[in-house]
Parts: sequence; C-alpha cells; structure tokens
Amino acid sequence: MYNFDYEAPSSVAEAVAALAAEDAQALGGGQTLIPTMKQRLAMPSTLVSLSGIAEMKGFDVGNGAVTIGGNVTHAVVAAGAGAYPALAELASHIGDPAVRNRGTIGGSLANNDPSADYPAAALASAAVIVTNAREIAADDYFQGMFTTALEDGEIITGVRFAVPEVANYQKFVQPASRFALVGVFVAKHADGVRVAVTGASEEGVFRWAAAEAALNDSFSADAVADLAVDPANMIGDLHGTKAYRAHLVGVMTKRAVAAAT
Amino acid sequence: MAKVSMTVNGKAASAEVEGRTLLVSFLREELGLTGTHVGCDTSQCGACVVHVDGKAVKSCTMLALEAEGAEVATIEGQAEPDGTLNTIQAAFREHHGLQCGFCTPGMVMSAAALLKDNPKPSEQDVREYLEGNLCRCTGYHNIVKSIMAASGQDVSALAAE
Repeated sequence: MYNFDYEAPSSVAEAVAALAAEDAQALGGGQTLIPTMKQRLAMPSTLVSLSGIAEMKGFDVGNGAVTIGGNVTHAVVAAGAGAYPALAELASHIGDPAVRNRGTIGGSLANNDPSADYPAAALASAAVIVTNAREIAADDYFQGMFTTALEDGEIITGVRFAVPEVANYQKFVQPASRFALVGVFVAKHADGVRVAVTGASEEGVFRWAAAEAALNDSFSADAVADLAVDPANMIGDLHGTKAYRAHLVGVMTKRAVAAAT
Repeated sequence: MAKVSMTVNGKAASAEVEGRTLLVSFLREELGLTGTHVGCDTSQCGACVVHVDGKAVKSCTMLALEAEGAEVATIEGQAEPDGTLNTIQAAFREHHGLQCGFCTPGMVMSAAALLKDNPKPSEQDVREYLEGNLCRCTGYHNIVKSIMAASGQDVSALAAE
C-alpha cells in the first residue's frame, strides 16, 4: 500500500472540506478500500476517515421507516433493524463477524460492488440515499457496477428505508468469497412490488421489471415460475456462466417470494 | 507520520506511525506483540483477529490510526499474568483445538467475542461465527469442540474425527 495523509474529521462539514484535497478519498469501515489499496488498485494521497463523525451514527426507527447513519456497521444493523427484519437478516450475512464489526452501510453503498448485498436492499426498498448535499432516490442512485450518482467528495450521511409490507432477501453465495453469486431482494410495498437483483448483471444491481409486473398481479412464487432474465446481460466468469446466473435469478426470486408469503 | 495512542491489553501504548501502518503492524512491530498473526493479509483468514472496543476485528484490515483512543485486546492479554490460561485457551489445550497453532490466536479471539454475545452457542452457531477464521490444518472439529467446551456445554457427543 502506498502511503497517504490520514485525516479524521469529527463533522461532516470538516470531512467535506478535507475531501476537497487532490486525490482525497473517503474511508468508511475500510473492509473493501483497505484491501483495494493493498493491491494498489487505489492510491489516494489523502484518506479521510469518516468513522469519528458522530452525526453519521444515527439509527432511527419509526413511522414505517428505518433511517440508518452512513457510519453504522453491518453488525449494528443486524442487531438493531428489527423493525425491518429482511434488512436485519441481510446485514447479518454480509462478510463474516469481524468484517461486519467494521464495514458500514454508507461505505457499501458508495462502493456499489456488483456483488454487494445492500444495493439490492436499497433498490428494492425504494430507499433514499442522504448525502451532505441532497437526497437521492435509489432508482437514480445506482448507475452500473462501482458507479453511483455521488459526485466527487460527496458523502453518504445516511440511508432512509421505507419498511415494506413484506420482504425477503435470498442470496446464493459464491462458495469461496461468500459474496453473492446472485442475490434477490423482493419487497411488497403498499404501492407495488419491487424486485432487485445483485451479483448477476454486468450493469450492477438492477430491478427485474417482468417479475415486478407478475408479482403485482399475483404475489406468489408460481407467478414468477415461468419468467427468465436475458442471459446476455449477465456476468459470466469462472464462478458461473451467464446462463447459470440467469437461471439463479429466477430461482432466488421464487425462493424470496415463497419466504415472504 | 502521525502520533497514535491506544490502550492495548490494559496498558497505554503510543507511537509515531505512517498513515498506511496497519493495526496488526503496530501491534507486532511497534509493540512486539507477535501473538497476533498475519496469515493472508487480505482479511479472509482471521489469524489477525483482535478486539477493538470489545468487538472482534481483522487487524490487517484496519489502520493503526483508526484505533486512536481505542481499547485493544490481543491474545497476549488473555491468560492471567502468571500464565494461567483462560477458559477458552484451556479448552483448546484440553480438546486438541490446535495443530500447527498459526490460526489459534485468531480462533481464540473470535471465540471470546462469540461467547461474550452468545454464552451458550449451538454447534451451528460456532461454525457460522468462525466463517472468517480459516485453519489450514483443517482442525475445525476440535476447534468447535473446544469452544463448545469453553462455554460449559457437554461435548462428549460432538464429532471427534
């Protein structure tokens, strides 16, 4: 890892100022960024740790919403998001216990790894990504693998989830990395069903419109039994072919609906 | 270089470190606490697990400067000052929970974190909790058995092979 200057601001305003430096990079829990820097795939000249910012540690539950500060770790979400059980369950299976004690929801969403779990939850929940500058709807936020609507130096200070009527996340893990080979988050809201798929597509997390339409007609596993995504857009690698991932999208969707009903 | 100060096994520790200095490097190279091991250096194997403010973390994937002001616990602080092993360590010895011993510091620290939150885990709980701790000797059965025994549960029926 190349060396860098380390800053540990105690407020969002200080962090924004520190991130204005050339080649500055925000550091959340570091569970992706530090390994990436060790491989010299990232080499910021200034690293701005967000973990000391108290105003990003909030965790509010109420009025049908769960609002989670950007600094909140996966372990804290797993233990504290009881008002949104599918989200707590998802958080409890990210990485391993030690990783969950460091990794943060803001960091995960800012990185938008195509195999990460939180993007599926955020997209299926119609979550609102709150930054230092604005609020971004999940539908506008995710823009392809490792790509988001965030501007340079913009910080995710929190995420607001609308708690669905029912929801479930099903993850088929890649056996070595334990990342999602395919993960499907199904959420039935008062105004419709949303189905978000992670791990599968070259475009990163995406909504499966055909499944949403079928589930709006009938919220049952049978309703999606005959649907399939186009393998052409799926990721194909040594862990699974495009056709295999496309098949898994269908299977995981059915399982998620069955578990939610 | 920047100054970092923390408490390690109850004692104040501080040093001038680079931004990129990992917590595990600080522990091993600045403080000489070489019980915390670097196995994979990619946050997968768990040989470097220590506790930071009571939570198990992979010290190869945390900067020393991120531990500013923290209470850090390592394997060196687990036994009594006179060398008497703690319950978990004693159970590892009793039940042959280590072979080459390289993963053992991380296993013991993960086990301690598990038992703090879940004093009577099931065998399945233990196996799931150890997802991020790898044993290249594949000695998992006896590691799990040791942790179950340390929790005060009867392990006579657990797989021994």
